[in-house]
Amino acid sequence: MLIIDCPWCGARPEVEFAYGGEAHIARPSDPSALSDQEWADFLYNRTNPKGLHAERWRHLHGCGRYFNAVRDTVSDFFVVTYKAGEPRPDAGTEGGDR
Amino acid sequence: MTNRFRTPSGGRIDRRARVSFRFDGQTYDGFRGDTLASALIANGVHLVGRSFKYHRPRGFISAGSDEPNALVDVARDRARTAPNLRATQVELYEGLNATSQNRWPSLGFDAGAMNDLFSPFLPAGFYYKTFMWPAGAWKRFYEPKIRAMAGLGVAPTLPDPDRYTQNHAFCDVLVVGAGPAGLAAALAASESGAKVVLCDEQAELGGSLLAETTATIEGQPAAEWLSQTLATLTARDNVTLLPRTTAFGYFPHNLIALAERVTEHLASPDPNQPRERLWKVRAREVVIAAGALERPLVFPDNDRPGVMLADAGRTYLNRYGARVGERVVIFTAGDCGYRTALDLKAGGVAVVAVADLRAEVTGDLPARALAAGIDVRPATVVTGTSGRLRISAAHLAKVKDGAVGPSEKIACDALLMSGGLTPSVHLFSQSRGKLVWDEAAGAYLPGTSAERERSAGACRGVYGLAAVLEDGYAKGEAAASDARTHAAPGRAAAPASVAKGRAFNAAGDHASADGFIGATPHARNPAFVKAFVDWQNDVTVKDIKLATREGFRSIEHVKRYTTTGMATDQGKTSNMNALGIVSEAIGEAVPKIGLTTFRPPFTPTTFGIFAGEARGDLFDPVRKTAIHDWAAEHGATFEDVSLWKRAHYFPKAGEDMHAAVARECRAVRSSVGMFDASTLGKIEIVGPDAAEFMNRMYTNAWLKLAPGRLRYGVMLREDGFVMDDGVVGRMAEDRFHVTTTTGGAPRVLAHMEDYLQTEWPDLDVWLTSTTEQWAVIAVQGPKARAVLEPLVEGIDLSREAFPHMSVREGRICGVPTRLFSVSFTGELGFEVNVPATYGRAVWEAIFAAGEPFGITPYGTETMHVLRAEKGYIIVGQETDGTATPDDVGLGWAVGKAKKDFVGKRSLERAAFFRPDRKQLVGLLTKDPRTVLEEGAQVVADPKALVPVPMLGHVTSSYMSATLERSIALAVVKGGRARIGQTLVVPMPGRMIEVDVVEPVFYDPKGERLDG
Ligand SMILES: [Zn+2]
Repeated sequence: MLIIDCPWCGARPEVEFAYGGEAHIARPSDPSALSDQEWADFLYNRTNPKGLHAERWRHLHGCGRYFNAVRDTVSDFFVVTYKAGEPRPDAGTEGGDR
Repeated sequence: MTNRFRTPSGGRIDRRARVSFRFDGQTYDGFRGDTLASALIANGVHLVGRSFKYHRPRGFISAGSDEPNALVDVARDRARTAPNLRATQVELYEGLNATSQNRWPSLGFDAGAMNDLFSPFLPAGFYYKTFMWPAGAWKRFYEPKIRAMAGLGVAPTLPDPDRYTQNHAFCDVLVVGAGPAGLAAALAASESGAKVVLCDEQAELGGSLLAETTATIEGQPAAEWLSQTLATLTARDNVTLLPRTTAFGYFPHNLIALAERVTEHLASPDPNQPRERLWKVRAREVVIAAGALERPLVFPDNDRPGVMLADAGRTYLNRYGARVGERVVIFTAGDCGYRTALDLKAGGVAVVAVADLRAEVTGDLPARALAAGIDVRPATVVTGTSGRLRISAAHLAKVKDGAVGPSEKIACDALLMSGGLTPSVHLFSQSRGKLVWDEAAGAYLPGTSAERERSAGACRGVYGLAAVLEDGYAKGEAAASDARTHAAPGRAAAPASVAKGRAFNAAGDHASADGFIGATPHARNPAFVKAFVDWQNDVTVKDIKLATREGFRSIEHVKRYTTTGMATDQGKTSNMNALGIVSEAIGEAVPKIGLTTFRPPFTPTTFGIFAGEARGDLFDPVRKTAIHDWAAEHGATFEDVSLWKRAHYFPKAGEDMHAAVARECRAVRSSVGMFDASTLGKIEIVGPDAAEFMNRMYTNAWLKLAPGRLRYGVMLREDGFVMDDGVVGRMAEDRFHVTTTTGGAPRVLAHMEDYLQTEWPDLDVWLTSTTEQWAVIAVQGPKARAVLEPLVEGIDLSREAFPHMSVREGRICGVPTRLFSVSFTGELGFEVNVPATYGRAVWEAIFAAGEPFGITPYGTETMHVLRAEKGYIIVGQETDGTATPDDVGLGWAVGKAKKDFVGKRSLERAAFFRPDRKQLVGLLTKDPRTVLEEGAQVVADPKALVPVPMLGHVTSSYMSATLERSIALAVVKGGRARIGQTLVVPMPGRMIEVDVVEPVFYDPKGERLDG
């Protein structure tokens, strides 16, 4: 079971958190201006990388905050966590620091 | 019975404590400190089981957790019966009652052994090949037969009466394995004050030292050093010693699962103690000191009882004072076998020959064996064995230039084999560290780590007592140092410390890296030979070679096709030899073939330990409303809705559900009923931007909703499908009282928080769950106003002052209330929200006030029928995550003039306008007494070619007391255009004709809502 570093509360066990999908996919400010294809991309298409992945987590059984994390989908381990609204930090080298 | 094979002295058993036990109904004696296996061996018993597939007689192979054969059933009583225990790990206690498994009618004569004669018809993959025809025969015939004949032990059918607990523990250094490497690691790590946990699967800590009789450490006998070291560790407050504790799983961020057997070894367990304890240890650093497992040799008839691992023979003698036989032949591929030969000879056993696979036999150990007068035969293999239920002879043959010569039968009652050592890399591999092939060690060894762990001693190919102790000490020192420098848990990082180390002065015969992988040669016809690779799953060399001939090259495929390594021992003794055989058969080097994945658990683990306290009443939390006890006292039956207990219906004496629900429905339609709606989710939405937030989250228009008014809200996911619904009250300009479905409350709040926190953090809004704060009493029926009027203060209940879909704040029975005029029944109705602590008092007051009107409490079943009569949907019943508002007749609730809301853009997708979308309709059966089954399919023409096109399905179906006939709701393709048509609901044995109608069966104009 992973230990996840909530940017608000600190290190807590995985069971306190809920996964929230890929991060940095902003909801379009005017959805009606989008074509069907553009809207479908927003709704459904995700990068699904092998390696570093920026994703959303919520400290559900804690402070309740959504935050972002960079996780290595190969090792499963987190590289960094950061507050929602902050830019994705430079996540370091491929594969992270394990 | 006598202990005929017991040595006169020696071993770690307590010879003053005689223990009586039963095996297969027969009584034997052993001593405290024995395992079931050592006690049986001391009594000359080797036949302990029948094999899985061929029912061949089987004996012990090992002395530890790697045992594939000796699985027994240990029963204290009918409920406390544990199948598939390894006799080599079962500690003896007074009265222990064990039985062998997988034999019928008896161990000596087994009817299933005919499988052995039919074995030419049971090759690798026989499940896949043989039993596939005719269709259906697998389930009806083959599988039950095979299960009866094969299979392992039988699980008890009674509930487990024992208690299991779970502990969380945190430490600086967890050391797994208390052999010399683990002990040295624990000594070093604890020296610095680090918090250390040392666990070992055995009853006694000491590992290989427990079977040492000649080795010395720091000038003392190994056993003496062991007891001093354990005393030192015990005296240290920062050390926790856990014997009988198996580290069975390695999970991310150094979470190690340990299974501790607390009372399993006791004759009379203390009922205050748990049977087993699960430790979830979060360790900053881990030292794996898991040792190595001896490999069997794969030769013909190597499964005869009495054929065992060489080091097991040595362990039984040195540790338990039990001789595995009187005349022993040893078959070895390296020096390990000689260590056993020398110890056995010293222990009074006749070692009649050592067959050594190697052409050249040199070195100290073989030389000492020769000097001791042992018949050492280089370049010799075992090509077969004789005997039926026990080995009576080994067939030895010379190998010259790759050719196997004629064999010579040598009488013996035990044959000990040693193929060398396989480092136990199970835990390391579970931690997702990378294994690397080491040519010198002839084994896979731990390579790059994924977690903060390090291996020490034999599990990383370090052999020799001094080297193992030094390796363990250095690893323990480094682990403690790293635990200090990398303070934060969950931060994996490369270990940085360099250990100072410590030299150990140790002497003794030690294991070495030489050995053999694969099948040893013989000159017999392979078609008539069984050389076992995996004893527990009965996999032979022939099976593996057949798999390679049939084209399987990946070891993962060979494993699944032949089932080698897939038994409960997970191939501890078999995996490497299987690799060797595949390697030879396909002409690829062993490291090129790869390795199968090691998965938890290391040894089988009980379900009880995972369940822990979460059984019975503690399995899941139960949520009860403030009115729950009243309902229970008034005879309600309850149904589970998510974690809630909800009153289902209130039967009177002699009533079944149907009668009770019919009475409850009639009461609401004709006079008044009351219903506990407290489980509805409730969210208070407050702030200057509350209305704007509501406007974005729900399909409806909220900005112009006046305070004091209610509105039915529909919530979509961003993909346009209905997610939840509920009535919302605007309490003030900046305050909304939102209700959700009972099961949807947490999901809805998370959905709202998501948008508020991540998309619109600029909105000034606060969300608070108030589900538990309010008790909600629905009072419904034409007399509802008359019942409530005398109880309410400060609210004018008249139709003009308090129209349908309004909310007022005031008092009821002296208690503050938010009173809704709302109906989920189609009748005049109110929902009384009061603080939950007053819920029961207000409920009772309303019930008393309603008595003159015959007020009737009703449950969820009546609520469902009444709302279905009105065509009101239930999210999750009429919707399934693919329904748009228009599909279920809620198009009117979508604010089309709104610029945006969650899901709006999706509603414009072309697919949502297709005329063949499934739409909500009503169904009336031609026969009004027929009640359709919910979930039943709807078709147009049941005589159409198969597959018959499915138009949709029944979502809700009831007998309506009001309409005196059955009614149903359904979603049907192009349903609204089919109104007036007749469709068919096919059911087993009959076709039910239904008329498609509007989905509102009662008071379609809504004239009853205002009373
Ligand atoms: Zn937090």
